[in-house]
Amino acid sequence: MQQRDSLGYTLGVAAVLCVVCSLAVSTAAVSLRGRQEANVKLDQQKNILDATGLAIGEYGVQANELSASEIDKLNAYVSAKLVDLQTGEYVGDDAQLEKYNLVEEAANPDTSVPIENPVFNPGEPRRPKVMKVYFVKKPGTDKILQVVLPVYGKGLWGTLYGYLALKSDLETIQGLTFYQHKETPGLGGEVDNPRWKAMWDGRKLYDPSGQPAAMVFKGPAPKTDEYAVDGLSGATITSRGVTNLIRYWASDDGYGTYLSKLGKEMNEGTSSSNEGEE
Amino acid sequence: MAKKTTDVLVDPLINNNPIALQILGICSALAVTTKMETSLVMSFAVIAVTAFSNLAVSAIRHFIPSSIRIIVQMTVIASLVIVVDQILKAYMYDISKQLSVFVGLIITNCIVMGRAEGFAMKNGPGVSFLDGIGNGMGYGLVLMFVAFFRELFGSGSLFGVELLPLDRNGGWYNPNNLMLLPPSAFFLIGFLIWAIRAYKPDQIEEA
Repeated sequence: MQQRDSLGYTLGVAAVLCVVCSLAVSTAAVSLRGRQEANVKLDQQKNILDATGLAIGEYGVQANELSASEIDKLNAYVSAKLVDLQTGEYVGDDAQLEKYNLVEEAANPDTSVPIENPVFNPGEPRRPKVMKVYFVKKPGTDKILQVVLPVYGKGLWGTLYGYLALKSDLETIQGLTFYQHKETPGLGGEVDNPRWKAMWDGRKLYDPSGQPAAMVFKGPAPKTDEYAVDGLSGATITSRGVTNLIRYWASDDGYGTYLSKLGKEMNEGTSSSNEGEE
Repeated sequence: MAKKTTDVLVDPLINNNPIALQILGICSALAVTTKMETSLVMSFAVIAVTAFSNLAVSAIRHFIPSSIRIIVQMTVIASLVIVVDQILKAYMYDISKQLSVFVGLIITNCIVMGRAEGFAMKNGPGVSFLDGIGNGMGYGLVLMFVAFFRELFGSGSLFGVELLPLDRNGGWYNPNNLMLLPPSAFFLIGFLIWAIRAYKPDQIEEA
């Protein structure tokens, strides 16, 4: 006891403490990891279902209130592919699709490119070269009903991560949800308000010249404006951030190339299948 | 220091409240109190951390070299906070998303550190554990008080149940946006301290 302040004893106590504490922490982290990853995945699935309006359409409630089996049933509508944004081509195999992590891809200099667009800028430094896009199809069929595009950009306090769902014309917005953000609850956090989110349904993403035009208005949006939704009161910077990120991802720097390519493919697809039916 | 066991538990609620009298832990009291639900979970997280860190620090208090005692306490507290954070992420994912960094910041909550250094280093494990629970509850009580007013007047609801229909949802109540911003918690805590000291004048510090 009298050597409590000797160097050896101090180092010994520190070492034992570190081992015990790190054991406790790593046990908790490892044993709970499965559940945590399942939670994250489920949360993303729910957000996709909300963006597409599938949960409301089928069950009349937000995906958060659905049971696991109901969510599984709706997930049968959703499939995913990896897209190279520069070329608009599908890339990668199933293993890569399963492993894909947006945040890691965007942070890694090998798999991302800097965002330097002066016109459309989401306020983020980099974007992945490859993005994981989702399709809504009736189970067993090939006709694309909706395309769901992951989007992200700066709000007031941090990055908003979300999904933008487009109807099959690839110009009309079906819905927009954010699964992760740090905006002030009640102000910028109202991006989660179902009433506000519902306003996106039917808004046009592009103007007639093909430029990204969808936006969050400052104040109530005019009824005749087919590109804008109401602004979030008390959240000017969040509103502006949402406009910026939507327009960036709709531009040629984002999904523009891919969407025009997909549009052509879908047109060819419908005309050829029509021929087949007749 | 021969306090009765019940005193150790009940004292920090009003007589010696960590926020209202000791003015500790204000930072997170401003950050997480926009909603009752998040405040409640945060309160339980802090109660768990103060109780178990007090217990652990008290149990090993005779072995801790005084030169590194603060670091030892910090390590114990930090480990407990990480464990609590992991459990929340696994079992209460939605709420842990809303609490975000503030669970992690319990590490820097002066109440936890203050009780470990000020109480657990001098008292036995059992009574230290109770002191941790008491102080955690004192903190939680203020959190719930602040959150009650902030959620009711800022969002028109309590525990997410709408009581005052908001105008943006088609009701009549125009919410007070100040209540959703951190400064409103300052006002509320100020009023609370005023009320407690009016009721118990012996808490007033000499000028």
